Amino acid sequence: MSVHVQQDLFDLQSITQQLKKLHNSGASVSFEGYVRDFDLGNDKLEMLELEHYPGMTEKALLNIQSLAMNRWHLDDVYIVHRYGKLKVGEPIVGIVVFAKHRKEAFDACHFIIDFLKTDAPFWKKEITNHQSYWVDAKKIDDEEKNKWN
Amino acid sequence: MKIKLFYFAQVREIVGIDQEEIDVESDIKTLAELIAFLKLRGSQWQAIFDMSSSYRMAINQELAEASNKINANDEVAFFPPITGG
Repeated sequence: MSVHVQQDLFDLQSITQQLKKLHNSGASVSFEGYVRDFDLGNDKLEMLELEHYPGMTEKALLNIQSLAMNRWHLDDVYIVHRYGKLKVGEPIVGIVVFAKHRKEAFDACHFIIDFLKTDAPFWKKEITNHQSYWVDAKKIDDEEKNKWN
Repeated sequence: MKIKLFYFAQVREIVGIDQEEIDVESDIKTLAELIAFLKLRGSQWQAIFDMSSSYRMAINQELAEASNKINANDEVAFFPPITGG
C-alpha cells in the first residue's frame, strides 16, 4: 500500500496492471477524478491550481488508507493526488483498491474518496481567462463522509 | 514559548505570509487563546477568525479543535476548509 503526492501526471490503468501482478485479488475498484471544464458566460476555465500542506497531506492520506485497511479485508490500496497547475481534462486524484471480493473493494474505494475530500489538506483555485478564485468547500462533502460513521 | 505558524490558501493570501515563528507568553495554552492573541494584530486577522466556518486548524500536522492544547515548538497551521479530490 502506498500514497503519492506529486506534480506529475499519472496513468492509473498501468498502475492497476502493475499492482494486479502482486496479488491474488478477485476484484479491483478504482476512482479517478479529473479537472472538469466549465463555461460560465465569458469565463472559461484555463487552469486549476492545487495547493497542499507538505507533510500533513501525506500523513492524512496514510491515515485514510489505514482506516480503510482496518475496516475491510483488502489486498492493496494505492492513492495518488496531484498538486500544482493542472489543465482541463487532466487527472487530479487516483485510487485503486484490491480485494478478494467486489463488495469490500467498492466500499473501501468509496470510503477513501469521501474521507479524502474532507481530511486531506488540498485547496483548489480555478483560473479562468478573466480571473482566479478559490473553490468553496461543499457541505455535501461533510455529509457524505459522516455517512460512514 | 516558540510556536511555528503556517498559513495556506485564502488564509495565506489574507494574512500575506505563508509561515512565521512567534514567541508567545506561556499563559497561551490552547488554540482558542492563540487565536485571540492573533486577532489583536488587526482587521484582516479578525476577518479570518471571526467566522468559524472560514477556517480549519492543525497542530503538528493533525486536524485540531479550538480547545486543543498547544505546547512549545508546536507546528500550528490555519487554512480554509479542504477542497481537494
